Amino acid sequence: MSTTHARPDRHGAQPARRWRRRAVAAVIALGLVGAACGSDDDGDTASSDADSTAASGTTGATDTTTAGGTSGSTATGASTSEGTTGGAGGDIRVAVVLPSAANDLAFSQSMADSLTRMQENGLIAEFAMSENMFVVEDAAAAIRDYASQGYDLVLAHGSQYGASLEEIAPDFPEVAFAWGTAADTFGLDNVSGYTAASDEGGYVMGVMAAMLRGEGSLGVVGPIEVGDAKLYVDAFNAGATAQDPEVEVGVNYIESFSDTALAAEAATSFVEGGATVLTGSAQMTVGAVGVAKDRDVLWFGTNSNQTQLAPDVVVVNQVYKWDVVLADLVAGIADGQLGGETYEINLDNGGEVMEFNDAYDLPDDVRQKADETIAGIVDGTIDTGAGG
Amino acid sequence: MSDFFTASVLVATVASGVRLSTPYLLAALGETFAQRSGVLNLGVDGVMLLGAFFGYWTVLTHDNLVAGLLVGAAVGAVMGLVYAIVTLLFHAEQGISGIGIYLFGLGFSELMYRQQVGTPLPIRGLGEVEIPLLADIPYIGEMLFRHSGIVYLAIVLVPLMAWVINRTQFGLNVRSVGETPDAADSLGVSVRRTRAVTIVVANALAGLGGAALALELGTFQQNLTNGLGFIAIALVYFGAWRPTGVLVGSLLFGLVTAVVNQWKTLGILSGSTASLATMAPALLTVLALAVIARRNSAQPAALTLPFQRGR
Amino acid sequence: MILTLGASPIDGFSALVDGAFGGRKELADTAIKAMPLLLVGTGICISFRARVINIGGEGQIVAGALVSTVTALAVPDLPAVVLIPAVLLAGVVGGGIWGAIPGALKAYLGVNEILSTIMLNIVAVQVMNYLLRDPLIDPAEIERGTRIPQTERLSPNADFPILLGGTRLHLGVVVAVVAAVAAWVFLWRSTTGYRLRAVGAGRDAARYAGIPVERMTLLALTASGSMCGLAGAVLVFGSESHRLVTDGSSTGFTGSAGFNGIVAALFGALHPLLTIPAAVLFGGLLVGANAMQRAIQIPASLAIAMNGLVVVFVVASVSIRQRLRIRLDDQAMLRLRSASHRRRGDALGATRTGMETEP
Repeated sequence: MSTTHARPDRHGAQPARRWRRRAVAAVIALGLVGAACGSDDDGDTASSDADSTAASGTTGATDTTTAGGTSGSTATGASTSEGTTGGAGGDIRVAVVLPSAANDLAFSQSMADSLTRMQENGLIAEFAMSENMFVVEDAAAAIRDYASQGYDLVLAHGSQYGASLEEIAPDFPEVAFAWGTAADTFGLDNVSGYTAASDEGGYVMGVMAAMLRGEGSLGVVGPIEVGDAKLYVDAFNAGATAQDPEVEVGVNYIESFSDTALAAEAATSFVEGGATVLTGSAQMTVGAVGVAKDRDVLWFGTNSNQTQLAPDVVVVNQVYKWDVVLADLVAGIADGQLGGETYEINLDNGGEVMEFNDAYDLPDDVRQKADETIAGIVDGTIDTGAGG
Repeated sequence: MSDFFTASVLVATVASGVRLSTPYLLAALGETFAQRSGVLNLGVDGVMLLGAFFGYWTVLTHDNLVAGLLVGAAVGAVMGLVYAIVTLLFHAEQGISGIGIYLFGLGFSELMYRQQVGTPLPIRGLGEVEIPLLADIPYIGEMLFRHSGIVYLAIVLVPLMAWVINRTQFGLNVRSVGETPDAADSLGVSVRRTRAVTIVVANALAGLGGAALALELGTFQQNLTNGLGFIAIALVYFGAWRPTGVLVGSLLFGLVTAVVNQWKTLGILSGSTASLATMAPALLTVLALAVIARRNSAQPAALTLPFQRGR
Repeated sequence: MILTLGASPIDGFSALVDGAFGGRKELADTAIKAMPLLLVGTGICISFRARVINIGGEGQIVAGALVSTVTALAVPDLPAVVLIPAVLLAGVVGGGIWGAIPGALKAYLGVNEILSTIMLNIVAVQVMNYLLRDPLIDPAEIERGTRIPQTERLSPNADFPILLGGTRLHLGVVVAVVAAVAAWVFLWRSTTGYRLRAVGAGRDAARYAGIPVERMTLLALTASGSMCGLAGAVLVFGSESHRLVTDGSSTGFTGSAGFNGIVAALFGALHPLLTIPAAVLFGGLLVGANAMQRAIQIPASLAIAMNGLVVVFVVASVSIRQRLRIRLDDQAMLRLRSASHRRRGDALGATRTGMETEP
């Protein structure tokens, strides 16, 4: 501990210089520590950034260009076009803006995975990704940047991006845009919309849940009551009630797409109120799945395959596979049609796939009922109650 | 509404409230300690995030819950050291440097998470520890005595901290440094050393609170705390810088959140009223404080003022 | 850190600088990013000069955005010459109210401003969510049944004009700079500003000299809030979408400007004019970091961590300026004391001589 303190009336470079040196030394030390942490297992201590001027202050807003990296955290080099089947879209370059992380086991991951598959199969040349774009204005800037960089197809994967897209798309008539989940193309012929008929899987899972619940109730943890989350929740409710009119279905929209703790609390409340089956939509459901796992309560997942989060209690997942939509979009572009259509993934076209968890021992009659329900929805005999 | 007023629901709600309040309590107790010595630490949320991530990661890789909590506290202590250097040696403006720590914690925890883990892999959650005998008391037993160990730890810290502050020599140093640092200094108390200790302890507690949160939830996510640390700071003011007051504030906040949650579960609240209700805890806290109208006289006089001998 | 991920730091930094300042478009993007930082930072300068800690920036931005949005929805047909100033004014009012609440609570009820500003942040977000989902929602959304929480496309008369063809640079930049200059004038060239700074230098001494400390506290938070509210209006009407839209959090709309602005003010040593280059620099870092990731393909979170390090560095380096400021504040306080000794009982307006110094 220093014993001298600069007195206010002493004007001199000395104290200031001493502090300056200390400041620089401290920062170098911090830089080394930070570098060591960042490089972790490598054991390298990269050069310290005593004067590091690089920063990204918008907490969470990120931008990654990966050619096919699924886990999202490490980037590979330039794009490689693998796969022998070139196809009509073989040289289409795609860019996507995602509202959360590409490995969030939810909405964003579903699109990232689809694009990866497309690229591995040679159906598109390469794709670029901007993740964690929850700041709408940053996403808008990214969309505009991608368009001006000459990507053939720019995907705005989030309903909050639509308003910005409406303004940007007219500036780039030779670029194809698509956004979801939404059905509006703004009357522009270079904008497409894509939706997920999440109500279909939701209905099926509601039916199953009602059969599997025993004496307990069902609990649904939702984000905000909009879009495909609302479709899913409503249909789950409808399916459960159709199967068993006595069933109690509790719904809690926690008003956030990201508050994991609150989702967990909502799930806990349900369980303590007698729920034996839980489900939910959007990325904060990770918290709810954790509760399901701890309390041995069944979980029905949507958006992505969430089995690995709770291998013993996950029954089935409605996985979004956007490949069919992407294929249509790409084919259209190759033909010169840049937009004006809306696409939907559903149980029929393979865009929504019910992936059952093999580790969970599903009774045969439930499985049969599920298959019947799926068939009924596909051929139109069952109405999930969604607007259409 | 009648659904709500059944015994089992009420009991579950209170239990939930107690559980929810734990991270707030831990962080707020730490902040109280630091502020009593005259240091404002706004970086709590960032430190909590760091503690949460490293605690989570420890459990993920070593499957040891206690280690996870300890690592969280240790990480917090390290950040406390950093903040102590910045504040005590460099006399940086505390309000602003605290926000810097917050931003750093927010970004770094996310970086490490994405680098080292990526997907929200689940970890073992904290198990319940039943206190024998007491846990069997009807109603109260379930409300208070069937929680995970960290909840008990947090509650025990309240009288412990009160005792340290009010009945030990060190506590006396802390208080005098916070009220009249010049006088303390002239009496031979090392202002810097006292404050350094409180800062490190405060941040260690924040790190512990973050780890507790992550372990309670059994997962990690970017910005897991979602502003929890800031609320904890606010609770210090609510509690008039006394550990018991902070306990009351944390419980109030936790309980109101639990009640709102329960009402949503039961369907009492839905639609647009639900989103308004989500702000109930925040509003109530401000209202409560305004109504009680505690003057700032309880505030440590030297709060946020850097100490310089001879000033 | 960059090295460990297999890329060249030199390429990285050059990509960053290029991305931030390399061309017209890049400079425009930097300026756009800097605007809310500057406004919030200016507000922070004002409040911190009075030693009032305002961390309610996020909520005040939202409040200003809401009031200005409502204004545009209410009178969409006013000509741009009237409507634009109107929405700006509305932003000032909205943010000002949101700052005045904690200000009044602190000044007259002794409620600590950290508590109230934090709580009001939470309240503001929920109010915004509620409004965007019901009263203010785009009627087209209701028709379509999608109910995306956003307003309708706001009146084109309120669009901020683009200043530089081919870029997105809009009027907001002028607004921000004017606000910063106005704040400087206020703080150092007006009586009230002088009083405000006096309160910041020493409450008791100021009170002894006859300054109405409570009113100054209220003013500090209100003014600070107004700046943030102005940022909110700028964010809405300069945006791509020309609507108020978010994802349910305040950050989705503000981009954390409420917190980043504090750091910008720190860069600018709590001086509004210095905050201008500070905000530009910070905005450039934000924009350039994104460009750097695109160029050398390192994961984005790395930039976030570097941001943290930068902040810590800046925080440490502020020590020098801080010591300067303390020294000057001491001098100011000494003069204030002697001035009030000499002029006990007189109106304070005449004792301006001692406090004219600018850091």
